[in-house]
Amino acid sequence: MRADPRDAVTRWRPPPTDPLGSGRYILMVALVLIGLGLLAVRIVNLHVIDRSFLQGQGDARTLRTDTIPAHRGMITDRNGEPLAISTPVVSLWVNPQELPEDNIQRLMLAQAMGINLDQLNERLERFSEREFMYLRRMLTPDDAQRVLDLRLPGVYGQNEYRRYYPAGEVAAQLLGVTNVDDQGQEGLELAYQPYLAGTPGQRRVLKDRRGRLVRDLQLLREARPGGDLTLAIDQRLQYMAYRELKAAVTEHGADGGSLVMMDARTGEVLAMANQPSYNPNNRAGIDPRGLRNQAIVDVFEPGSVMKPLAMAAALESGDYRRDTVIDTSPGWMRIDRFTIRDFRNYGELDLAEILEKSSNIGMSRIVLELDETAVPDKYRQLGLGQSPETGYPGESTGTLPAPTRWSRSQRAALSYGYGMSVSTLQLASAYTAIANQGERLSPSLLKLEEPPTSTPAIDPAVAYDLLRIMEESVQPTTGGRRAAVPGYRVAGKTGTVRKTAAGGYAEDAYRSVFAGIAPVSDPRIVTVVMIDHPRAGEYYGGAVAAPVFSRVVGSALRLLDVPPDQRSEPVEVDQQALEPIPP
Amino acid sequence: MMLGDITRGLRGHPVRPPESGMSRRKSVWTKLRIDPWILLLLLVLMGAGLLVLYSASGQRLETVIAQATRFGLGLVVLMVLARLSPTTLLRWAPLLYGAALAMLIAVEVMGDMGMGAQRWLVIPGVVRFQPSELMKLAMPMMLAAYLCRRELPPKWTDLLVCGLIMAIPVLLIARQPDLGTSLLVICAAVFVILLAGLSWRFIAFLVALAGAALPLLWINMHNYQRQRVLTFLNPESDPLGAGWNIIQSTTAIGSGGLLGKGWLQGTQSQLEFLPERHTDFIVAVLGEEFGLVGMLVVLTLYLLVIVRGLWLANAAQDCFGRLLAGSIVLTFFIYVFVNVGMVSGILPVVGVPLPLVSYGGTSSVTLLAGFGILMSIHAHRRLLPR
Repeated sequence: MRADPRDAVTRWRPPPTDPLGSGRYILMVALVLIGLGLLAVRIVNLHVIDRSFLQGQGDARTLRTDTIPAHRGMITDRNGEPLAISTPVVSLWVNPQELPEDNIQRLMLAQAMGINLDQLNERLERFSEREFMYLRRMLTPDDAQRVLDLRLPGVYGQNEYRRYYPAGEVAAQLLGVTNVDDQGQEGLELAYQPYLAGTPGQRRVLKDRRGRLVRDLQLLREARPGGDLTLAIDQRLQYMAYRELKAAVTEHGADGGSLVMMDARTGEVLAMANQPSYNPNNRAGIDPRGLRNQAIVDVFEPGSVMKPLAMAAALESGDYRRDTVIDTSPGWMRIDRFTIRDFRNYGELDLAEILEKSSNIGMSRIVLELDETAVPDKYRQLGLGQSPETGYPGESTGTLPAPTRWSRSQRAALSYGYGMSVSTLQLASAYTAIANQGERLSPSLLKLEEPPTSTPAIDPAVAYDLLRIMEESVQPTTGGRRAAVPGYRVAGKTGTVRKTAAGGYAEDAYRSVFAGIAPVSDPRIVTVVMIDHPRAGEYYGGAVAAPVFSRVVGSALRLLDVPPDQRSEPVEVDQQALEPIPP
Repeated sequence: MMLGDITRGLRGHPVRPPESGMSRRKSVWTKLRIDPWILLLLLVLMGAGLLVLYSASGQRLETVIAQATRFGLGLVVLMVLARLSPTTLLRWAPLLYGAALAMLIAVEVMGDMGMGAQRWLVIPGVVRFQPSELMKLAMPMMLAAYLCRRELPPKWTDLLVCGLIMAIPVLLIARQPDLGTSLLVICAAVFVILLAGLSWRFIAFLVALAGAALPLLWINMHNYQRQRVLTFLNPESDPLGAGWNIIQSTTAIGSGGLLGKGWLQGTQSQLEFLPERHTDFIVAVLGEEFGLVGMLVVLTLYLLVIVRGLWLANAAQDCFGRLLAGSIVLTFFIYVFVNVGMVSGILPVVGVPLPLVSYGGTSSVTLLAGFGILMSIHAHRRLLPR
């Protein structure tokens, strides 16, 4: 190397024709032009040819269709009292990827939500790979705002609705419940889900990469709120019915029970109560038995409460009148290989007395003289063994056997309510035929806007007679006396049914039933009370179910402003001299 | 000639009086030894760059001010270098190269970890910079200085020496690892050698050698670098992972359309869908917000800078100036080509910024320093005796 660098600069001079000079530069310019041309082509390509595809891709990253939750319709009783309402709530969620590790901020979050920091950290740990984790669902808007006001990165709120049931356990099974996503899961909430839910709205929004809303672009569809549902039940009657049923179940140590009260003119279900029940607003640790709407879903052997209905068939045959006398001696009889017994030997009884004493032998003697299908046909006309068609999910049809040949014992058993099953609601609906001049009313869980649907089931004159025959059973000296309602004439029938058990009937497990109509002069309500397995000693229908009937119907008639139809005070009766209440 | 005659020489050369009024009007530039056309183009580019940067940084004014400050510093360096004689540069070239190499070794030994790669040299409380940036200038200076002392076109032995001069720092930079910068340093070196009149046969040989070396390169690459190449070949193979950048950037560019969505209106860039949007991928923001027209305007500006730069370089009459100036301008072209090519999806992802637009301090200063050297070479082209 030379010492003076300037020599290197000076030594070389480009000859004008030297290819190593400008030639290389021309090559380089060509290189540059080709390179930039390539870029230009690519860019034009992207902008012009791939544009619509790429624009679609771009929109796919940012444009989102957001759902606007629709307000779920309210469920009210027949007078507009709310039974199920949706209130706006906020669910808080967190993106664990965005939430700072910082323990102070996490502590603030935990405190604002009222939970333990360790719990929070543990959950965040489990969701550490995810980008979505619910912190707490369904907070009141105020509580949620307190947390959101901390402005922690990664904590978001989501507007929702929460279902609230003001009546709590009182009408829980009838109404059913919605799940956490506001979808009907049980009962009427499920049956009328599409109607109640409404249609969620949609809007177009611009969201950034983290899913945060940047701008509202366009409302695609308004949220259409769900329709309101007006039920047939009267909240006042419902409360009262539930209270009395619960009290009786508790008092008698029973497994449960159900009660149905129907309007005797329209078939609307004014009250429907079940025990056990649950609080739909706090479903933690509930008894699954409480979820069942036993009045519609569960069936049982009805027993003696069927006697008036069987008697309708006898009266319609024309061979029997109210004062036809049947000899029930000696208090027992053999049919096929079975022995039927009465409570005791009642001797000769007329039809009213057969019901009053609840004589199985009397009923059997009557129906064995009738056509062999007369009673089952009557039952079928009364809607038994058929769907009540209320629309309630899981409603039972009950069972009514239809053999080709009826044995005498089957026919006899059917006349006093064995060998078949009904639901409380079906029983009430069948009794409306007696109350409503022979026209059976279909039960309706919704308040009726149109005239009620009814089917002729009993000859009107027979229904008239039967009602007054049944009234004889609720007199101060009869087994149904405790069903009596001061000031009102009441007709009804008790029932005490042995519960079935494995291989036959249980020795000491009973069901107490009472079905009745009031007031007799102009029937307004039909009420059926069923108490399942009272364990506290008393178990006769007249002792367990009838008092519930009395209290519920008495209060109901007064609440409905039904004028009393019994002028004279009931005669004072020496309680000691009375016969014990028969089954 | 635009600038008129040189009026003042170096090292006490006699000053010639101005010959006409025309030349007096232009004498400000001449005195400053600055080419006004390139300066104007660079200023326009920087202005456009700051505009896009404001949008790309999420409208953070601090970022824009920091960038503008670096531009200011770079312009000062440009003016200072423009006044230096190429002779001085020639003399200092080995020194500069040696210093840069030493610092690269220092980084290798004790460099600060930044962004997962050892690139930064920190003298606590004083300065913090990347020696590899210095190498971008030192490398072509050293090679030009070396080649100009040999007979041209270079002989095989000269090329071997050149290869050595080039290989050591490039390997050091690649080890950091900084693929983008080592690529730029290689390009700067290769352009010097090409301009020095490498024979066509040898060029063909080198291309063949490079082809043969590709598998070797593949073996020595970091996993993430291999991934980038694979991703480049098929971005859809991993759309949420490595392919994300390219898919997002092409989407952003393409969705701009002819005129773009307007400044600050780009959804892909403003809503954080675009990665690295204010550094290496800033051109996607430009494409989305200013559309095809905006991108072509910016590319045209770059083209004008390069054409003007090559014009100036070709005007240089001495060997050192000619080789160095050409290399500087062509390296500038490589910046643009690799960056835009990468963002628009025709080249693999390599960390090369878009000159004077991407956010980043050292590279802006280096680039402007390069243009300072270019202007100095041009201004002093006639000073040196033929």
